[in-house]
Amino acid sequence: MLSLWLNVITGGVLIGLVYGLVALGLTIIFGVMRVVNFAHGEMVVFGIYIGYWTVRIWDVPIVLAAVIAAVVMFVFGYLLETLVVKRFVNRPHHYQFIVFIGLSLLFSGVLLMSFGPDPRPTASQLSFQTVSVGPLTLDWARIQAAATAGLLIAALGAYLKYSAFGRSLRGAANNRLGGLVVGLNIPRVYAVTFGIGAACAGVAGALISPLFDAQPYLAVDFTLLAFVTVIVGGLGSFGGALLGGLTIGVAEAIAALMFTPSMKTALPYALLIIILIFRPRGFFGAKDI
Amino acid sequence: MSNAYVISLLTIVLLFTFMGQSWNLMLGIGGQLSIGHALFVGIGAYAVAILNIKYGLTPWIGLLLGAVIAGFVGAVLAWLSFRFEVRGIYFALLTIAAAEFARIMFGGWNYVGGMQGLFYQAPSATMDLGMLRGDARFYYFVALALAAIGVAGTELISRSYWGYVWRAMRDDDEAARALGVRTFRHKVLVVSISAATAAVGGGVLGLVQGAIFPDSIMGMAISVDVLIGPVVGGLGTAFGPLVGSMAAIPLHHAMGALGDSLGLPGLNSVAYGAVLILVVWFLPDGIWPAIVRLYGAIQLPARGRISQLRKVEE
Repeated sequence: MLSLWLNVITGGVLIGLVYGLVALGLTIIFGVMRVVNFAHGEMVVFGIYIGYWTVRIWDVPIVLAAVIAAVVMFVFGYLLETLVVKRFVNRPHHYQFIVFIGLSLLFSGVLLMSFGPDPRPTASQLSFQTVSVGPLTLDWARIQAAATAGLLIAALGAYLKYSAFGRSLRGAANNRLGGLVVGLNIPRVYAVTFGIGAACAGVAGALISPLFDAQPYLAVDFTLLAFVTVIVGGLGSFGGALLGGLTIGVAEAIAALMFTPSMKTALPYALLIIILIFRPRGFFGAKDI
Repeated sequence: MSNAYVISLLTIVLLFTFMGQSWNLMLGIGGQLSIGHALFVGIGAYAVAILNIKYGLTPWIGLLLGAVIAGFVGAVLAWLSFRFEVRGIYFALLTIAAAEFARIMFGGWNYVGGMQGLFYQAPSATMDLGMLRGDARFYYFVALALAAIGVAGTELISRSYWGYVWRAMRDDDEAARALGVRTFRHKVLVVSISAATAAVGGGVLGLVQGAIFPDSIMGMAISVDVLIGPVVGGLGTAFGPLVGSMAAIPLHHAMGALGDSLGLPGLNSVAYGAVLILVVWFLPDGIWPAIVRLYGAIQLPARGRISQLRKVEE
């Protein structure tokens, strides 16, 4: 019994790291640009399809698929920002939300048109390999996804903290006008930020492609999951995204053990409602928006 | 295109005009963004369906009860949120979370039919206003009446004391408070009224569709259907939701049919998304104000163009 619980909770922590990466993408975009990317789930699903196709066609290891997803989604995010999102950055929130709802519908429609509604399993050997550590039996796909996600989160954190670009990004986030005055190239910072956010979502998608069958309808769930995660941790906070991811991962895993499957999917929303009401800015939330 | 198809499509357009008005009241006039209106629509639909299908009661009671429950749920949601300073996009996220939570709960609740949903008896040929039963043409007139009430109601509220108060708090919460408006109370009120009217629309929508399922009546798609009319047509205006629904919903259906015949599911979704983006991009006030400006004959009442609002949270 104890080992069952240990297994479940460890599994939750592992998937929670990937959720953290998804949430990080959303939080970086929000922290810098103050827009809420309602199409974030579609970007995760793009990542899942990239994972599916690269493994299908070239039979590459999932980590390499994640690298490909990172590059593709960064370019996608960069272009999307320069072509569309840029025009709505300084508009009232409800306009931004509506534009992103539009983008989300557009992307999920394109996914449906391109790949149809049927789920596509990434038949990777990884899905069936397990590793035993003491009382724990873990599947290799989850370990690999979590390790890659954890490394990426750490690397991104270090990059944003110590690099010149990280400084300008934080500058743009703190004070846009001040950044412009000291000569920051704000439009470029925004485009790169959006690219990084999309890449986080894409990589997370590729990493979990052995666990979730690629399917267009998954997008809404991932968008809402990312919102829940980010709000539990605090919108705009780096550490909050990670903590939120772990919380949701573990909570979902425990719920899967204790409740019926339908109740399991309701749990994150219940958590979000409670957190929003009693601690609206989350664990580490920014002061105001 | 058969006659029956046109009538059923127009019925849907008019019903979403009415529900769009309720959403319009909340954001366009009250300044509170909801992306979870499906919650209230669903509550209304379930109230009517349960009372009618399980207990044989007239839908009139269901509509009333649904409106009361939804109004109460809206008031509680708004009270909790605004009490604890959950505003702007956080409030919008809360509405989505509440709607999704309710959808999943209704799906797992056997008393209300769970995922298998609830079915009305086949529509009768004889019209019965007392039981709100009739053929497609009957429901068309019901929807027409509702849409007319919605447009007139928005216009009346806009010109009423409450309308001025709500627009004042939409435009500048602090200034309104400084003038002695109890904005907290009014925000709860506007959310509650909007929720109650959305539930009435939902109750009739369920009757028209003949069956309700949690995923179809409480899903995100309903929330998008509700907001697309006012956004496309013109936020905060009385005719906007009508014009917007007329433009967007038939397009959605036509694209859905085209997509099915081409074997391209998702074409309707692409069309919806493109319409939303293009409207906000090129006609941020919506179609109706653009028409009014183009022809210049009708003077819009002084109500401030919502696209020119300063960012609410700054």
